[in-house]
Formats: sequence, C-alpha cells, structure tokens
Amino acid sequence: MAVPGLRNIADARQRLMASPESQAAWAALDCGFAVVADVFDECLSAAGQVLTAAEMPEYLAAARTIGKLGRGPEPLLAFLEHWPDVARQVPQALALPALMAAIRSLQKSPNAPAVTPLLQTLAAVIGQLRSADGLADYLRIALELADRTSGSIHGHQITEPSPALPEFFRSAPQLLAIVPLAGVRQWMLQGIRLTAQHPAQQRDYFALRTPESRRLLERERSGTLFADVERRLSLGLHALWADDSLLVPYSTAFAGHRQQPYLAADGLRLPDVLTDRPGSSGLARYRLMLAHMAGHRRWSQPLIADNWSPMQRLAVEALEDARIDCLLLRLYPGLTASLLAAHPQPLPGSCDAACENTLRHRLTRLSRACIDPAGTDPDPLIDEFAGRFRHCLADGAASTRAVAEIALAYAARSRLPSDQYARVHFADTEIDYRDDNRHLWIHLEAGDEEESFEPPPSAAASEPDGLPPRHYPEWDEAAQTWRPDWVAVYEALHPPANAADIDALLARHAPLARRLKRLLDLLKPQERVRIRHQENGSELDLDVAVRAWTDWRSGHLPDPRIQVSHRTAGRDISVLLLIDLSQSLNATLPGGQQSILDTAREAVALLAWAIDELGDACAIAGFHSNTRHEVRYHHIKGFSEAWGDPVKARLAGVSAGWSTRMGAALRHAGRMLSVRRSEKRILLVLTDGEPADIDVSDPDYLLADARKAVGELAGSGIDSFCLSLDPGADAYVGRIFGRQWRILDRIERLPEQLPMVYLNLTR
Amino acid sequence: MNDVAHFAVCREPFYQPQGKEIELYEAAYAARLPVMLKGPTGCGKSRFVEYMAWKLGRPLISVACNEDMTAADLVGRYLLDANGTRWQDGPLTVAARLGAICYLDEIVEARQDTLVVIHPLTDHRRMLPLDKKGEQVAAHPDFQLVISYNPGYQSLVKDLKQSTKQRFAAFQFDYPAPALESGIVCAETGIARELADQLVDFAQAGRRLKGHGLDEGISTRLVVYAASLIVRGVSPADACRMAMIRPITDDIDVIDSLDHAIAAIFG
Repeated sequence: MAVPGLRNIADARQRLMASPESQAAWAALDCGFAVVADVFDECLSAAGQVLTAAEMPEYLAAARTIGKLGRGPEPLLAFLEHWPDVARQVPQALALPALMAAIRSLQKSPNAPAVTPLLQTLAAVIGQLRSADGLADYLRIALELADRTSGSIHGHQITEPSPALPEFFRSAPQLLAIVPLAGVRQWMLQGIRLTAQHPAQQRDYFALRTPESRRLLERERSGTLFADVERRLSLGLHALWADDSLLVPYSTAFAGHRQQPYLAADGLRLPDVLTDRPGSSGLARYRLMLAHMAGHRRWSQPLIADNWSPMQRLAVEALEDARIDCLLLRLYPGLTASLLAAHPQPLPGSCDAACENTLRHRLTRLSRACIDPAGTDPDPLIDEFAGRFRHCLADGAASTRAVAEIALAYAARSRLPSDQYARVHFADTEIDYRDDNRHLWIHLEAGDEEESFEPPPSAAASEPDGLPPRHYPEWDEAAQTWRPDWVAVYEALHPPANAADIDALLARHAPLARRLKRLLDLLKPQERVRIRHQENGSELDLDVAVRAWTDWRSGHLPDPRIQVSHRTAGRDISVLLLIDLSQSLNATLPGGQQSILDTAREAVALLAWAIDELGDACAIAGFHSNTRHEVRYHHIKGFSEAWGDPVKARLAGVSAGWSTRMGAALRHAGRMLSVRRSEKRILLVLTDGEPADIDVSDPDYLLADARKAVGELAGSGIDSFCLSLDPGADAYVGRIFGRQWRILDRIERLPEQLPMVYLNLTR
Repeated sequence: MNDVAHFAVCREPFYQPQGKEIELYEAAYAARLPVMLKGPTGCGKSRFVEYMAWKLGRPLISVACNEDMTAADLVGRYLLDANGTRWQDGPLTVAARLGAICYLDEIVEARQDTLVVIHPLTDHRRMLPLDKKGEQVAAHPDFQLVISYNPGYQSLVKDLKQSTKQRFAAFQFDYPAPALESGIVCAETGIARELADQLVDFAQAGRRLKGHGLDEGISTRLVVYAASLIVRGVSPADACRMAMIRPITDDIDVIDSLDHAIAAIFG
C-alpha cells in the first residue's frame, strides 16, 4: 500500500493520482515508469481539455500500447505530452489510427528506436501539416524511407536499422517549414540515392548537416525562385529604371531571422525565393522590390542618423518609404494594384495600446494611408498627417528631409507610454517589398546600438592558385533531376614539355603526312557561291544572256560569257578535340612497347597538323577526374593559337592519370565551343573506356549523364563525335553518342585513322 | 515617263526637325555635295529626304537597294522590243538627266562592286558614263545623290568601302528626344498628347534593352504604328504588344519584361 507523500520507487503502478478519474486512467494505462507517474496528472488534464469523454479510452489504449513497446518511458512521455497539441489540430479519430499503424509497423522492424523521435517531433510536424491527410502522407514517406534505407545482410530479412530514419524525424519540423510534403519526398529520394552506400553520410544528409542536402532542399521550395526569374527582373530593371545593377540573391531557407532586401554597393540583394500570396504573386513582389530600391536610388538622400532615436528613425523610414512608393506610382501608375496588394493593411483596433508597443502598427497604418489614393484612416491624427504628407508631395518630388520633418512631428504627437515596451505588435506590419533602408543613414560615430554592416577588414586572403573552379550540374537519370552545381571543373594550361618531341613524331610519320596532304588539297570546302560570267558553266545566267542577246540585236559585240557555275568557298568549321587522359591510357599496346597515350599523342599531332593545313579553327584539350570535386580540364591548344612550338610543347607534356568523368568535361568543352561563330561546330572526343569515377558506384549514372551532356550539346548546335579505343565499346558508346561514334580497333593505326575520320566528318 | 512632274513631291510631308539638319542640308545642297544619312531603322531618314525634296522643290527618285542589284539596274540597259532594241535609262541616269535628288536607300545591301558606278557622279566630275551606249551623261546642275544606311545593322559583314564613304557629307540620325517624339506621334496620328507621351515612355523602356536581348531599339515608326492602332480603337496595351513588342523579339523573357513595362506605364 502506498503512503501518500512518499515516492514509492518500487512500483509506480501503485502511485496515487489526484482524482478518481485519473486514478482509473492510470490503472488503465498499466504503466510502471515513475517518471510517467510524475507527470501523468498534468498530461491527463491537458488531454481532457482537447478530447471528448468518448475519445479518452482510445487515447489511453494508444498510450498503453506505446508504454509497452519496451522502449523505456521516452516514447510514452512524448506521446502524453504532445498528443493534446496534435489532437487540437487534427481530429483524433483520423490521426490516431494512422499513427498507431505506423508505430506497429516500425515496432516489427529493427527501426523500433525511431518511434521516440517520431513522437517527439509530432506536434511540431502537425503544426506544419495541419491535416489528417498530411499526417498520413508524412507517415507514409517515413515508412518508405525506413523501408529503403534499412540494411539487410542476406537480402531476405531486414536486419540493420535505418541510419536515416531517426535523423529524418528529428529534422522533419525544419524540413516542413521550408518545403511542402511533396518536396520533402523528392529530397528524401535524392538523399537515398546519393548516400545509399554510406550510413555516416546518410545520417548527415538527413540531419541537414551537409551542404548538398541543404542545397537540394532549397530547390524543392515552392513559390517563385529567384533563379527562374532573374533575367526578367534584370531586363525589367533595365527597361523601366535604366539601372543595370547586378541582382544578387540571399538565402532565406536557413537564415535564423527574416531578412529584407537591401541595396549594396555591388548590387541589389533579393531573397532567393518568394511564395505567392493571394493577390500578389512572387514575381510581382520581386518587381516591386526592384522598383522600390530603384526609387530610393533615384529620389532618396541620406540623412545623419546620430541625433535621432531609433523610434524617430523608424518613423522617418516609414514616411520616406511611403514617399518613394508614391513617386514610383506617379511614374508607373500601373503598379498601383500590385503595390497596394503587397502593402499590409493593419486593422484599427487589432491591438491594445495599453499593454503592447503599437508604434510599428501605427506607422504601417500611416504609410498605408499615405500611399493609398482612396485611403483614409479612422484615426484623426493619422488622417491629418497623411494629408500633410500628400500636401508636401503635391507639387514635385519633395525631399527626404521634408518628409523626415513630417515623420518627426508625427512621432512626437502620437507618442504613447507603451512605445517603450519590449512587447511589440508585429502582426500586419511587415512590408516585405521594402528594403532595410541601410542606405538612408549616415552614422558619424559608430554607436553601440547600431549593427555594423561592414565587417572589419580581414587580413588579405591568400591568392588562389589558378582559376576558381567552374561548377556544372549533373543529370541523375534514376531520379530524373539535375544535381545542381555538382561537379567542379578546374581549367588550366597544360604544363609544357619539349616541343621537339612532337616534331620528331611528325617526322617519323612523314610518308603518311604526304599522303594526307594530297587528300587535303582535294578536299572541297563547303558553302556554294555563284560564279557569273562563265563561258562554260553549269547553267544559263538569264540576266546576262538577255543582255548579250540585246547587244547582238543592237549591233554590238555580245559577251559570250553567259553561263553561271557554282563553287564552294570557305570552310567554316570549329573543332574541339577532347582527349581522355585517364589512367588506362598508360597501358601498353599488346605486342609493342608504346603506350596507348603515346599513340594517341601521335594521332593528335597529325590531326592538329592536318586541321591547321585545312585552315579550320581547332582547339585541343584533355581531361581527367578525381571525384566530382576535381575534374581537371587541360588546355593544350586554343582556337586562335597557331600550331606552333608552345602548343607542341604542351602536347608533348600530356600524361595520364585518374578517372573519366565525361559529362562535366563535355559540358565545359561545349561552353568553349558555343562561343565560336562557325557554321559547323564539332566536338571530337577521343577516349579509351566508358565514363567512370571513384566516387560513383552506379555504372549507369555517369553514362546517362554523358548522354544528357551530348543531348545538350546537340541542342546548342554542336555535333559530338566519339572515337573509342576500347574494342568492347559497342556495349555503351552508342548509348552516349547515338550514332556518332566509331571504334578504332587497331590502335597502332590510330595516327593514320584519326585524320581520315576527321576529313570524313567534315567533308 | 521621264518627266519631272512624275517624280515631284507634291504634298508637304510632315517632318519634325531634331536639330539644325534642315539648314545643314540646304547648305550641302547648295554646294551640291552628296549626302549620307546614318541612323537606326525607323528614325526618319527617308522622311527627311522626302521633306527636303519638297522644300527644295526638286523631284525625288528613290531606289531600295538589294543584293541582286547590278550596275545596269542603276544606270540603264538595252531592252528588246518588236523593232530591235531600245535603251532604257536606269533611275540614277534619269535623276542625273532631270536634276532630281536620287535617294539610294539601305545602300549596304547592294554589292560593293555595283556601287562603284556612283563614284564619277559623286566627285568633281559630276557625270555618268554609259559604256554600253557610249554616252557620257553630264549631271544636271540640280542633281544630288543621297544615300542612307544603318551602321548598327549587319555592320560586321556589310560595310561601305572607304572610297565610297569618303565621297559624302554625313548626317547622324537617332530617335528623337521624348518630347519631340511624342509630338511626332501626335502629328502623324492625331492621338491624344498624354497617350503619345506614354507610348514614347514605353519605347524608351524598350530602347534601354538594346544589347540586353534586343538587337535594335523600338523605332519611331513602330510608335506611330501603335498610335494609329489606338486611334482605331485598339487598347493601348494591345497596340503596344502588337506593334512594338511582337515584331522585334521572340525572346520570352524580353517579351515578359516589356509586358510588365506596359502594365506599369498604362496601368
């Protein structure tokens, strides 16, 4: 028998509860955890406020099941504590069966420990989902994750718990605050694919600890993404405001506080995403932000901040912003509707001046009354000052100083004791298209209350070696999505060696070169041009024939050259020869001492010479990769460079190593080619194997990415052609290059074949 | 056919001077200097020549140049008829005989070797040799040659030879200042001044995108087109889209930005 006032540690089941009902409930729970007994009374009374009497037994039955999972008191504590919050937003009859089904399913698997984080974050998750359907979808996604990331040793039975699931439950509230449920699922699927082989990476991904994870999540956000509309915004800024400032996005997903747009010396800063709101689309608000900031640039003069209190400055900013809005509406009246839709309209009486600070609320109402042509405010003081404001702007643009005086007068007249309170009424006072007005203030002395925007100059950062990397996306075939900024390509001039080596190589192939030369001379360039006034041509030139006939009839000597023929003039070709420099090129040819690399070098030297003879623009580059963080792209010859000693020296210096990440190299080469203005642009890839890299386990992944890259090149008018030195390349090369490939099976004849292939390709 | 009245400019064309170009042209004509008019398309070059021909009371013969034009197309040729052959003067020869102003429009479109035939007419010789006919046509004392071209457009591939360029006195035209331009639009179409101002504001917005997605700015001609649509009852936004945006670009982002500019300007 329990003694009141003494904690009976031996058996919590015997604990005395506050009331008979709770005693009965405690008995029904049949729970032996003392920590649960300590809080049971409070939990039950909280639940009693939300649940009906009829729902109570179901609630207790669920709690009893959770208490008996064998996972200690934490799951039960979390359930008891959070369920009232959940049930307040979603009817228990809909939510509880779904939850219990999910818990039972987890309990039967090695993932049972994940029940605790599931219950711990459930209330916060429901706060974002707000519906029973949403909850069901959320649990379905979680179970799918559990299913796909749980390990299995023999392939039959799941034996290893999912490393991702507990982290997923813990980060779920944050995820759902940023992206909708469908986006969470996309993000989850990408995470599974990216980290399938690495439990530690998987844990970091689902805990949002890696940059990729954050970046991929940001891409799933709904609303208007800055990246999608950037060009339109900058064109619009240019057209309407004659302002060619750079637009720079700042990230909003993981920032702790709300940041407003701002004017910086090197560009206008805008949020990276804006959600659509009723009556005001994200794009419209982006445009208002630009118009407002451009207006500040045109009409605002900075003021000295030091003599004014923060409250006075707040008032000055509110009226100066209203002035800018009025002026820009005067210039572009068509923006009125979207500007008024984006400006909040705080209702009079929505806050109590006796107990909270209503300064922001009053200023927002004043600003609204100033910019709304039909606007009046029930507050006579606001009305009076809106009238003074309009009068001030009636003729001309007024000035920042003039409206600042009105603002100071308003701040003085409307002052309330509660303006000193820390509890500020924020509802409906955030005007998100306005910038933070940092450009409006000049601080003579660095005050202690002011945030310093300029960080102290740090020690000069060390100059990086070579160019910064260029980032390219990579195509994930399985997910049908792009992995943004996935591969870093470093480009550099290839270090030179001895140019005479290449001359010696060419000399060794002198007979072949002579044969090629004859062929080159025969090659007919493209582009048909008419040659008129021919005595012997392919067609009659009617104009000239009539003229000759006329001459003859009028007794003059007719011109017998009345035929026209055609010739082709000018080859307009740019070709980029991209050489795979991966480790496998170091292999020696069977039955010889020469490595594949040496043979390829000879072939490239001959080809470069031949192209130079033809007068086509040619560039040569090599590539290899060491994971996606380091794809090296070596320039050997530039388009405008002559086939001379510096180029030969670089070609002589090429060496092989690392792997073949083809897609990124193709994209980078495509970028080089796309700026060429030739009629025909060819990317010739010389490789000895399929795409591979040491950080990719799925062999199809890089292959599909390379195919995508080839498709992109074709889309921008670049023909790709692959010459493979791998006799077994039939199996995959067609999947990348379509029909544009050829296998050179006798590598020792490469120096002869490569120029021929090129000539055939461009004939 | 070859009579002065046929080529006379009878009614005064509307022309709004942008600067001193009328006086300068009169001086050039008095000295019988050949004149070159440069400037973007649709800014009033052809209208200016027409106006000056009317003002000076000279007939005007215009030739639109193209790539297939031969020297014979300018100078003249023998034609066949029932009795044999007959010489037909080309427009340049007609102008030289009549003392007209000969206006070669978009001259860079013609091939450079064709243009050499104008050289003897445009220096101190002022005569045109017709080698087929064996005749030297001495230019009428009132004859003047005027050419126009748009330097921005295809200037990389097509340009005039220095030997051709250095025979002309040149005028540089550009789109008129906003107030003048809306005056022109009003005078051409009779549209309300306020609406004309808005149209010109929009044209200015479009011109700022030259080089940022547009190859050429929106010309005064297109502004006038838009205004004449509005006069016929088309809404300003539709008229701008139809006459000023759609003709000049296919770029979706540019179209969208200009649509936004229309909405901002016209409300």
